Parts: sequence; structure tokens; C-alpha cells
Amino acid sequence: MTTLTTQAASARRAQELRAARDGRTLSRAERWRRRGPLLPALLFTIVVTQIPFLVTIWYSLHSRNLLRPDSDLFVGFANYGDIVSDSTFRGAAVNSVVITLGCVLVAMVLGIVLALLLDRPFRGRGVARTLLITPFLIMPVASSVLWSMAMLNPTYGLFNWTLGLVGIDPVDWTSTYPIVAILMALVWQWTPFMMLLVLAGLQAQPKDVLEAASVDGAGPWRTFTWITMPHLRRYVELGVLLGIIYVVNTFDQIYLMTAGGPGTASANLPFYIYQRAFLGFDVGQAAAMGVVVVIATIFVAMAALRLIFRSFDVKERS
Amino acid sequence: MTTTAPATTAPRAAAPGGVRRPRRRTAGTLLTALTWILAIGFFFPVAWMAMTAFKQESQASSNPPTFFFEPTLDQFRAVVGESGTYVANSLIATGVSTLLVLLLGIPAAYALSIRPVEKVGDVLFFFISTKMLPVVAVIVPIYVIAGQLKVLDNIWTLVVLYTAMNLPIAVWMMRSFLQEVPAEVLEAASVDGASLLRTMRSVLLPMVAPGIAATALICVIFAWNEFFFALNLTASQAATVPIFIVSTMTSEGLFLARLCATALLASLPVIIAGWIAQKQLVRGLSMGAIK
Repeated sequence: MTTLTTQAASARRAQELRAARDGRTLSRAERWRRRGPLLPALLFTIVVTQIPFLVTIWYSLHSRNLLRPDSDLFVGFANYGDIVSDSTFRGAAVNSVVITLGCVLVAMVLGIVLALLLDRPFRGRGVARTLLITPFLIMPVASSVLWSMAMLNPTYGLFNWTLGLVGIDPVDWTSTYPIVAILMALVWQWTPFMMLLVLAGLQAQPKDVLEAASVDGAGPWRTFTWITMPHLRRYVELGVLLGIIYVVNTFDQIYLMTAGGPGTASANLPFYIYQRAFLGFDVGQAAAMGVVVVIATIFVAMAALRLIFRSFDVKERS
Repeated sequence: MTTTAPATTAPRAAAPGGVRRPRRRTAGTLLTALTWILAIGFFFPVAWMAMTAFKQESQASSNPPTFFFEPTLDQFRAVVGESGTYVANSLIATGVSTLLVLLLGIPAAYALSIRPVEKVGDVLFFFISTKMLPVVAVIVPIYVIAGQLKVLDNIWTLVVLYTAMNLPIAVWMMRSFLQEVPAEVLEAASVDGASLLRTMRSVLLPMVAPGIAATALICVIFAWNEFFFALNLTASQAATVPIFIVSTMTSEGLFLARLCATALLASLPVIIAGWIAQKQLVRGLSMGAIK
């Protein structure tokens, strides 16, 4: 009798817990009890990230100078009008796209090649992988100075010396081809990131499917094009989108390697906005540019979010 | 069944094998060689930075480059002597912000997985969308507000900002780890009459400890390396290690060896942490999407 009641009680409890996980049929008190642990993080994030953004929108409608804080004047959309006619802004926007896409695509191609090479068993594979991920772990500021000074310097840079061995005259990379120089440092840093994501994808391939393919007589090339590539697609998409989100904000390399120069030839949007705000002290303009950048980012971000959500199966589980 | 399967496939594989295998082995050796060449090529700039850090300045910026030299610790001695405040600031900004992220993020992740609130998807969406907001779009108001609150060049300003910067990643990561805790385990604990706090401490915590470590690692990497906020919001009091590197750069005269020693020491904590926790790195960088 006692065992029966405890069994019934435990069954009921388990059922309650399952119902609770579904999140349906909850009392008002229970709902607030559940929100409790979430609220500190949520409120903190709203205050620290959303309030400054609202202030940015406010500033973007005003003419305001950092040196004269009382010079606040409502100007409507004049700042946005100025942006449209600002050719430097357009140049910076183009540079942002070139740098971001150039870096992400080259890094992804190299990353796929390296991941495929690392997916084969060979002695010392762990060491090779460790060497390959290291560029990603270097502090971006450190890697910027490493590239601009030790590698690309026209008089003592190692890269130019290496080119000299095959008879190419030294090139002042950061002033002659600033975007190429920045891309070298960025691709070097981001290739390991792509490689790690693709490698995780390769190693998550169901082994029985690969075996079945080989039993059915599929050669390595057919297995790769028919099984591995479709399987990798999701990982490649995720890598490209995450890469875009991170790389579009690139600031360190540009600030340290070229300072946006020569002139504004290699300035991307984050660097140009920084210049307008902290060197030009023009808050209204900088804020309006920030708003434009956010609007542009939203499109990429939406695609990225949809993909991340799909990878997580958020909808199905919660 | 198990015995017949290899029997039917074996002859097919063996017949052409006699011709193919040596060729395939050569191809394999070539691919392995290529892998090593690429791995060493990618690592070489780091090795060069480390080598340069042990040189005298005249050897560091020589043309042709100096490959053989007598290593010296002079540069490291100088760097360690000058960098004290910067390192202390970086340790505070990184350590305290990571701790705060875990304190805020773990309960939030719990409320988004084990005992979920309504509209979990929306909350997750909000958190991650803040990561997509370009930092440069909010730097001006943050600078002005910090100025009005008199917290410019204050390390605690960086602590707050780094916490906000890493919190969304931590919530997503911790949620993906908490969701792996099987429902049966929690049910069993609850059926056995364990209190909520006890369940958390003795059942949940040990199961997700590796997840907490992975989350902390990612937060430490991002906070330690952060440059943009530090550049714009600090001056002499609250400057962090990345700022120290830049300040080395602007000093007069020959400085490449000194710079490399600084860059190497600054990167070393993250390099070592990343080497040790390679697996967690992948999961953290994809915000938990890739296991």
C-alpha cells in the first residue's frame, strides 16, 4: 500500500516537472518565480546596451560638438543628408564591404582546405592543429603590430626579405597596398576560426553513412561531393555569417597598421566613425553614421540569427 | 550477418589494392607534408615574434634578418618593469567581468532551459541581437555618459562594459550546456525530495562544470584582448595591456625587439588557455551551436 502511494506520488511529481518544462499552465506566482533568475541579466543588458543606442539616435538628430557640450541644436535629418553626400563615408562603406567579404571568403577557402587536411589521420596531427589555431589566439593588437612592423616593414620586414629572395623589390605594403596589408593580417587571424568550425563539421559526419558509401563502392571524390559537401554546408554558412559579424567591426588592425591611410584610403566604417567622433569631435555626424551602420548590419544579422536558431532548434525544444 | 559483410567487400577492395595502395600511400605522404608546410607557415609569424623578443634591438631590425644570435632577456626585463599597472588593470577588467558574467548568466540560462519562462525564443533573440549591434554605434553616448558620471579612465567602467559585451555569449553557451542535462536526472532528484538549491548544487553544478569552464574561457579571451573601449575610455589610470602595447610603439628610437617581447607576453595567457581548451573554443566561438 505504502509503495503504491509513493509510486503514485512520484509519478505525479514527474508529470508536474514535465508540464513545468513545457512552460504551460503556470500560475502567476510560478511565472514570476521563473522570471526571477533571468531578470538581473536581462535588465543589465537592456540598460547597458539599449540606452546608449537610444541616445545615439537622439544625437543623430542634433548638431553637437564634443568640445562645446552646450552647442546642442536639433537639426532633424540634416546629419543623414550630410552622410549621403559624404564621399569619404561612401569610400569607407566600400572598404568595409571589401575588407569583410575579402577576409571572410579567403579565410573560409583556406579554412576548408586546412580542415580537410587535418581530418586525415597522421602522426602529430594534434601538434599541427595547435600550430594552426595559434594565429587566432594572438591578441589582435599584438598581431597588428607584428604584421605592420616585423613582417611588412619595407626596410627590415621579413615578408619583403622573403620576396627579395625571389628577386622582387621591397614593397611598402601598408602605404602602397594598405587594404591588402590589412587583409593579410585579418585572413591570417580568421583562417583558424573557419578551420575549427569546418573541422568540427567534418568530425560530426555520421561514420555509418561514410562506411555505407564506401561499401556501395563510392570513391573518395564521390563521397566528398555527395555526402561531405552537403553536410558541411550548414557549418560553412555559420562560419561565414559569424565571420561577417565579427570582421565588419574590425578596428584594431586598421588603427594600428594604416590609421585609415594613406588619407582615408583604407578607413572602414568603424574607423571613420571613430575619427569623426574622437578626432573631429562631431558627435551628431558620428551618431548618424552609427545608426546607418546598425541598419545595414540588421540585414546580415537577421540571416545569421535565423541560421543560428536553426542550428540550435530553439523552436522545437522550448 | 557480421561475417558475410566483410567477406563480400574484401575481394573488391583487395583486387585493385595491389596497384593502388603504393600510389595512395605516396599521395598520403605528400598530403601530410603539405599539411606540415602550411601549419608551420601559419605559425611562423608567431615564432618570428618570439625569436625577435629575445634579440637586441640592432639584431631585431637588421636587413638581412638575423636568424642566429645569442638570446637575451633584456627586453622581457624592461617590459615586466614597466607594465605593472597595465597588467593589474587588465586582470581586474578580465577577472571581475568574467565573474559577473557567470553570476548573471548562469541563472539566466537556467531560466531559459531547465525551468523556462514563456517566450524563451524571444529572450534568446534579444540577447544575441545585442552582439550584432556594432560597438562603434554606441561608443559616443557611452563616452559622454561616462564623462557626465565622472567614470572616464576608471577601470570599473571597463568592467561593466566587458560584462555587457560577454553576457549574451555566456547566456547562449550556458543554455546549450544546461539543455544537455537529461530531464530524467532532474526528475529523479526532485522525486527523491531534494530541494531546489540542493538539486542545483549537487546534481546540476557538477554536470555543467565543464560548460562553465568553457564559458569563462571565452569571456576571458574577449575581455583580455579588448582594445576599442580601452582606447576611448581610458587614459593613464585605467589603461589595459593592449594600450601598453600601443604606448610601446609610439616611443622613440629602435623598439622592434621590445615591441615583440611586449606582444608575446600580452598574448601568452590566451595562447596557453586556447591550446589547453581547443574543444571548448569551437563551441564558444559558435555560441554553443557546434558541439
